[in-house]
Amino acid sequence: MTPPTFIDFYSLLPYIILTVWACIILLVDLFIPKGRKGITAVLAAIGIAVSLGYSITQTGIEASGFTDMISLDGFSTFANVLLLASGLFSIALSYGYTKRMGIERGEYYTLLLFSLTGMMLMAQASDLIIVFLALELLSIPLYVLSAISRKLQSEESGLKYFLLGAFASGFVVYGTALIFGATGSTNLSVIFSQAASVGTSNLLLTIGAALLLVGFGFKVAAVPFHMWTPDVYQGAPTSVTAFMAAGAKIAGFVALFRVFATAFPSVASNLTDILWALSALTMIVGNLIAISQTNIKRMLAYSAIAHAGYVLMAFVPYGNETVSATAVAAGLFYLAAYALSNFGSWAVVIALEKSEGRGLGIDDYAGLAKKYPALALCMTVFMLSLIGFPPTLGMVGKFYLFRSAIAGGFTGLALIGVITSLISAYYYLRVVVNMYMKEGDPDVEREPWLGLTTSVTAIATVVVSFVPQFLFLLAYTAVLR
Amino acid sequence: MKFLLQPLTILTFLPLAGVLVLAFIDPGRKNVIRWIALVTSLVTFLVSLWVFSMFDSSNPDLQLEAKYPWIQVAGWNVYYYLAVDGLSILLVMLTAFLTPISILSTWSAVEDRVKDFMIFFLLLEVGMTGVFLAQDLFLFYIFWEFTLVPMYFLIGIWGGPRRVYAAIKFFLYTMAGSILMLVAIIFLGIKADTFNVPTMLVRLPDLYATGTIPASVQMLLFIAFAAAFAIKVPMWPLHSWLPDAHVEAPTAGSVILAGVLLKMGTYGFLRFNLPLFPDASVQAAPWIALLATIGIIYGAAVSYAQSDVKKLVAYSSVSHLGFVMLGLFALNPEGVAGAILQMVNHGLSTGALFLLVGMIYEQTHTREIKVYGGLWKITPIFGTIMLIASLSSMGLPGLNGFVGEFTILLGAFGSEAIGNPWYAGISALGVIMAAVYILYMFQKVFLGPAGEITHHHELKDLNWREIITAIPLVVFMFWIGLYPKPFFDILAPAVEKLLSALPL
Repeated sequence: MTPPTFIDFYSLLPYIILTVWACIILLVDLFIPKGRKGITAVLAAIGIAVSLGYSITQTGIEASGFTDMISLDGFSTFANVLLLASGLFSIALSYGYTKRMGIERGEYYTLLLFSLTGMMLMAQASDLIIVFLALELLSIPLYVLSAISRKLQSEESGLKYFLLGAFASGFVVYGTALIFGATGSTNLSVIFSQAASVGTSNLLLTIGAALLLVGFGFKVAAVPFHMWTPDVYQGAPTSVTAFMAAGAKIAGFVALFRVFATAFPSVASNLTDILWALSALTMIVGNLIAISQTNIKRMLAYSAIAHAGYVLMAFVPYGNETVSATAVAAGLFYLAAYALSNFGSWAVVIALEKSEGRGLGIDDYAGLAKKYPALALCMTVFMLSLIGFPPTLGMVGKFYLFRSAIAGGFTGLALIGVITSLISAYYYLRVVVNMYMKEGDPDVEREPWLGLTTSVTAIATVVVSFVPQFLFLLAYTAVLR
Repeated sequence: MKFLLQPLTILTFLPLAGVLVLAFIDPGRKNVIRWIALVTSLVTFLVSLWVFSMFDSSNPDLQLEAKYPWIQVAGWNVYYYLAVDGLSILLVMLTAFLTPISILSTWSAVEDRVKDFMIFFLLLEVGMTGVFLAQDLFLFYIFWEFTLVPMYFLIGIWGGPRRVYAAIKFFLYTMAGSILMLVAIIFLGIKADTFNVPTMLVRLPDLYATGTIPASVQMLLFIAFAAAFAIKVPMWPLHSWLPDAHVEAPTAGSVILAGVLLKMGTYGFLRFNLPLFPDASVQAAPWIALLATIGIIYGAAVSYAQSDVKKLVAYSSVSHLGFVMLGLFALNPEGVAGAILQMVNHGLSTGALFLLVGMIYEQTHTREIKVYGGLWKITPIFGTIMLIASLSSMGLPGLNGFVGEFTILLGAFGSEAIGNPWYAGISALGVIMAAVYILYMFQKVFLGPAGEITHHHELKDLNWREIITAIPLVVFMFWIGLYPKPFFDILAPAVEKLLSALPL
């Protein structure tokens, strides 16, 4: 075991900054008086911003650290930037919301930061042990956050998430053990070379990989591992839900991408059908059940499930060398597009939400366009983006996804994708119908950070769709090797 | 930023300038808002005249190209590529021409949320112009889908009592077709390694010849594109969204819907289906002709049965666009040129009919044929213009409709591709049926004794604004009807080039 060197620490720098900062905030928060926990929020945001800054400077640098347990490459940098930006948006959403809902507590932000560090570690892990550690680090604070509002619904949500999450972690551990048994290593690149020599017929390896898929499938809320999603999303405080829907999903997917693309191309032929079915089922079930929802949080939860299906679609041909590069790039690009629209729509939900769960029905959006035209316009942009309608980033993202699926020879899957998009148009438009075409008298909380999040994400969703080149290039250089 | 100075870019995106200005105007200042929208669309029309003055009609190729790389990553090869040729110039002009007319027609009809209305209307113009100019499939798809959004709001907010239902039906129906086209576009883009249509046209023959894209796949691609366009046209039996959308839409929305949006469908067949899938087009021609013929007869028969004037005009569109489809898939110069001209004609006459129906509806708030009667005596100017528009719509010689329908039938009779003169023969019955339902409507509404509404209402004849709105349409009806040669001259070279590439 060689002692760690500078490059080891450098490759983890954004992560280290955030971890140390989170520990500091944990202590500093003790001295911040009750009722002024906004200071903790600002401190947390500063830490994230600094880490984000460092992440951006790491663009284009490739290294590995701690005897190849950690990677720094375009992929991890892209994911880190995406995750840190999600963290910033989450804090912007939480700032006023927690105060309003009476759950303003310092540990809220510390937990959020710790969860964020778990997500970042997930993106950088190149060893299954690290993947597992990261998964737990990301999950446990999220369990607590879901239950933080101490209302029955919130507690139920936390418990449900915890029980099922622990179950899913079990799958990951078991899968890791089987893979270790098959290849004698937990390191991704070693597994890759070992797997190549034992061939595709290795049952132990295939089962191990499939078990990992179950664990990640749970985190990204893919059908049939999605059962927790609507209840947890609905019960958790909305600011936490937004963070969960973007952050945890991105983290789950980046781990999935990295582990499968770097370690298991050899078992791709065994897994392709399973991935195909997972993706198709997720798109179909998510979109179909979303139609019947009347609560906007539940509707967005099912829509989040559906979107997991779309991202999975890009990943189905991951074993095909010629398309795996574009597949991962398409997945990352879509995750970025999704995260933007996702935060925007949750911000609007938060703006309309009242205490005791009022203001969460889709009916409560009636008349929004007349009273708050800017807010309604932003929400329309997010809804169109989630449908995949121009001129929004969601449309470019879906185009990219469908393109990589078709290039991989999965035209049928792409067809399911477009047909379910059509179904999704029905329920997303219902929000628009309520806002623009029904009479009502909605009441909106006016908070500067909320307004900023809504407008920034809406403008970005539209503007970046016209100049997507840089995001394409970033996603494309983030390809895994 | 050089692309911003191209004439076609200016033409397409100029209405956005109006949208930007409107965004900062107080919603209460309705008249200021109306004037800004009108002036924007008029300036856009002037730009279209400028574009037209630079257009060389003897040149069959794409002109005034604005082509810049847009997304150049990993085989995407997407260009920002606008250009115009003989196939599209008239439709571009029609769009720029009908928009100010429609805006003028809303002067007193739209009182609620005028600012939003005008913003959506100008956005719609951007989308429609873009559809007719885009030469890159990715760009085209964006414009094509985008037109749905403003139209959805126009119907859903300012429409009639069942507006929400009609708006969603319109949106989902059209989107259902478009998504199949999307898959086909991506497939073609991957195979041809570009989304740029002219380049694609160069590469596709090889792909077909070498079997990289087999004939069966070519047919599937044809069908996927056709699905999107046939719904938009709308061809029988995919027309059921149209009467709902038309009846519920506000007048200006109906005018643009009939005048321009439906043409996006027929234009799509012309611009993409025929050149991209030449073998499949020839194979499909008899089938399309069959559907078109059914549409002609069905549309005319159902029109006759309507008690609502607007619904009557809406169903007549199904019939009239059947003629356009029949002409296109005759795949000979007469048929195609006649079809393109008929697209313009339909925009003028049906646009005028919707406009006029809207004007009388504004006064009486009913469109039931049976409550009218004897209207001509009370409102002679209205009656006269309505008569001209009706005659134009039913194809009376001397007016524009006749020229288009005559040429189309001429093409269809002699068409090798359709291969059966019976389609043309039966379709000709549609002309007679059109005369029946339109004259029936005209007689009930304008002649005879005064009806319930005309008796009780203090009906006013058209005011100056309304006359100014209608006159330009009438002028073109006569011009095309009496001297269509300049219009055919614009089309002919491009049509000939288009057809020369087909395996006939």
